[in-house]
Amino acid sequence: MQRIGVFVCWCGTNIAGTVDVVAVAEALKKEPGVVFSDNYQYMCSQAGQDLIKAAVKEHNLTGIVVCSCSPRMHEATFRKTAAAAGLNPYMVEIANIREQCSWVHKDVPTGTEKAIILGKAAVAKVNLNVPLTPGESPVTKRALVIGGGIAGIQTALDIADAGFEVDIVEKKPTIGGKMAQLDKTFPTLDCAACILTPKMVDVAQNEKIRIFSYSEVTEVKGFVGNFDVTIKKKARYVKEELCTGCGACTEKCPMKKVPNDFNLNMDTKRAIYIPFAQAVPKVATIDADYCNMLKNGKCGVCSKVCAAGAIDYTQKDEFISEKYGAIVVATGFNPISMDKFDEFAYNQSKDVITSLEFERLTNAAGPTAGKLLRPSDGKHPEKIVFVQCVGSRCDACNEKGKEYCSKICCMYTAKHAMLTRDKYPDTDVTVFYIDVRTPGKNFDEFYRRAVEEYGVHYIKGMVGKVIPDGDKLIVQASDLIAGKQLKIDADLVVLAAAIEPDKSARPLATMLTASMDTNDFFTEAHPKLRPVESPTAGVFLSGACQGPKDIPETVAQAGAAASKVIGLLAKDKLTGNPCVAQSNEMMCNGCSTCERVCPYGAITYEDKEFRMPDRSTLIRRVASVNPAVCQGCGCCTVACPSGAMDLKGFASEQIIAEVDAICK
Amino acid sequence: MKFSYFPGCTLKNKAKDLDNYARKCAEVLGVTLEEIENWQCCGGVFTTAKDEVATKLSSVRILKDALKKEQALVTVCSACHNVVKQTNYAMQNDKEFAGKVNRYMAEDEYNGETQIYHYLELIRDVIGYDKVKECTVNPLAGKKIAAYYGCLLLRPNSVMRMDDPENPSIIEDLIRAIGAEAVVYPYRNECCGGYVRLEDAKLSDKKSNAVSESAKKAGADVIVTACPLCKYNLEKSGCEIPVVYITELLAEALGVKEDTNE
Repeated sequence: MQRIGVFVCWCGTNIAGTVDVVAVAEALKKEPGVVFSDNYQYMCSQAGQDLIKAAVKEHNLTGIVVCSCSPRMHEATFRKTAAAAGLNPYMVEIANIREQCSWVHKDVPTGTEKAIILGKAAVAKVNLNVPLTPGESPVTKRALVIGGGIAGIQTALDIADAGFEVDIVEKKPTIGGKMAQLDKTFPTLDCAACILTPKMVDVAQNEKIRIFSYSEVTEVKGFVGNFDVTIKKKARYVKEELCTGCGACTEKCPMKKVPNDFNLNMDTKRAIYIPFAQAVPKVATIDADYCNMLKNGKCGVCSKVCAAGAIDYTQKDEFISEKYGAIVVATGFNPISMDKFDEFAYNQSKDVITSLEFERLTNAAGPTAGKLLRPSDGKHPEKIVFVQCVGSRCDACNEKGKEYCSKICCMYTAKHAMLTRDKYPDTDVTVFYIDVRTPGKNFDEFYRRAVEEYGVHYIKGMVGKVIPDGDKLIVQASDLIAGKQLKIDADLVVLAAAIEPDKSARPLATMLTASMDTNDFFTEAHPKLRPVESPTAGVFLSGACQGPKDIPETVAQAGAAASKVIGLLAKDKLTGNPCVAQSNEMMCNGCSTCERVCPYGAITYEDKEFRMPDRSTLIRRVASVNPAVCQGCGCCTVACPSGAMDLKGFASEQIIAEVDAICK
Repeated sequence: MKFSYFPGCTLKNKAKDLDNYARKCAEVLGVTLEEIENWQCCGGVFTTAKDEVATKLSSVRILKDALKKEQALVTVCSACHNVVKQTNYAMQNDKEFAGKVNRYMAEDEYNGETQIYHYLELIRDVIGYDKVKECTVNPLAGKKIAAYYGCLLLRPNSVMRMDDPENPSIIEDLIRAIGAEAVVYPYRNECCGGYVRLEDAKLSDKKSNAVSESAKKAGADVIVTACPLCKYNLEKSGCEIPVVYITELLAEALGVKEDTNE
């Protein structure tokens, strides 16, 4: 018989506000096996843990039930407490009387009744707990960073700096991401290229870092410390190791009408191209959709002009298999499509542009060489209207936008407005906003400078409609402070489009079994306390794939993700989870049902010799679980028709005991 | 497929074409519209006054009649649709209002159970544009048609839930289904001036002109609408291009239009 101690936590008023904790402790004292029961204000605090340790010693406890918050929050804490008191950590059970009880009930009698029931179930389970010992697995000391924007770059540099190998997989031909497309960065207005490109060079020159550009992750297997990843290197029809990046091919290619996605299709490039002068790796890529040689075998100019002999029209996609100990997701963001926002006439007028397009129009390396000219007629715009929150903070019933705030638009719009007024003081600049949100170091000062020093007109109110009228745009809007409807002329309208996670994030999350929220942003393991870890062990989050972020915040998070990776890779062995499946070979009939349902491929079959009562031997096919691969999900235990599969720590017997305790 | 049908007063006199062709086209498309018996006016406008119950009772009666026949209700006039749909929404969501209304009613309680389709929704969600394409015998190829939504059809969006009120496409999609070219112009969802015409005709002219000018500038040959009041205001304010009901245009494409003036 176990000697169980019950510890009921108040969690301040979180639990004690709706649960009579004293009554719970009293009621559970009467449960079979319980020899001690107490309550305390904060059981997770040092004093609370000491209370548990003292009780273990004093009452010779063999099992512990903590009635507190979700096990996701503090199960690990209390297991450590148990271990410190000399108990097997798996003799601890958590009854979640916070998230699943006090937070969802309003009145004390109901809350208390439910807390007692949950406590009884946990006691019933601990009565059947047995000590478990986790196994160990080795760690591959190399990290994979998916995405080569500023988030991925910073994470890779920090990991490499600690002496570990890192691979960056970037789907575009160059690393750099969105930051490479920006002109200046708020709030200090340093030029994006000046602070980003040296970092890109650092990545290229770092011996610990390999870049797989124009590549994508296609398969992820394994588990923390031991991921097996397949990377598809897309055919770029140029031998990377030979190409010197001289650019001769990009000047001679006769196919000139290829939309230049780096400049958001506002100008054209050749069918063989280097995205921008500072690209890393500085290697040409052929766009197979436009190359005449690849499409119909007629041309071959680039091959003729290439002194290095790097052109290879026969190149195929290549698949590479690598092992990693940790994976960092840094897949970033994109502005949303403006197709559903045609009230702003984005598809009707060339002079309605997005903010990212505006960045390219003001960038010295952009399509206008940094001169702010209207896309329609190349004239200097005299009146510019900026519209904030296009697709951000949308009504839930309005299915076209995002409910969240995209966070960066207020600041970059202030930046655009200020820079325009600075460079072209004759230009009239108006910004329409719902709210101006500029928290952050030196951010609000920056916005106020735009208004007070640079004379940007900020109008509180949304634009309802943009009407193309000859070479003008009529902006129909409301001024909420003056309580007036406005109609103002503009030469250029700039839409601060909401940002959303990159489209590659969703399939990647499936491959990684990492969770996402309804907006396809990756979910962190804990929103406050574990912000850079995914709930999937060994998978970390960096940058805007986790939520909208500006550059300072992205870099901070990238560093934090790197430090978590370094902490993981610094270990030689990882302690596994002992709560894995185990098959009872005497009952297993070798039907393969469990093998089919196992999402991790942890189950194999082997032929085993069995001694029969009459001393003859029988060879039978039975299931065998690889404990290093098993994640303890329990699919096999419910699928097994003969009841041969059981999960350690969650045995069927224990689950039934819990249900009985709840129902009795 | 059978649906309860509520035409509304205007469709029985000024806007007979809207009603007449709605039924004919529905038959061609495999849907029978059964007119509610002894119906009354929808109530005219959906007043937002808190204590206003009497003007909404007739709408509730229409909705109850459809429920009794276990049919969804189809409307076609934008204004009627707006009133009936908003009333139904209030019956679903405003307990106090529903309580008052039900105390007026002789029979069983009604709590907004009836499903309502505007004629355009019926085509999009029940019949489907593919069926329309299939039944089109006289494709209006080359015709440039401007859809005029007005305000009542789409707003308030939280109740109407028909289409994006700022950037709608439901009429344009139908125009494309019958082979014509949809002209998208900025003022297609602006107000025509509505009942303001009675008090300030100039203001109504100004609003209506902005719409018709905008459509004309975009190259439209004809404007289509589902609202008798919109049609009236546009025509009254001197619109230079014809304004026709959406059902009339559909009838032409489906080959059931009687008038052969064209």
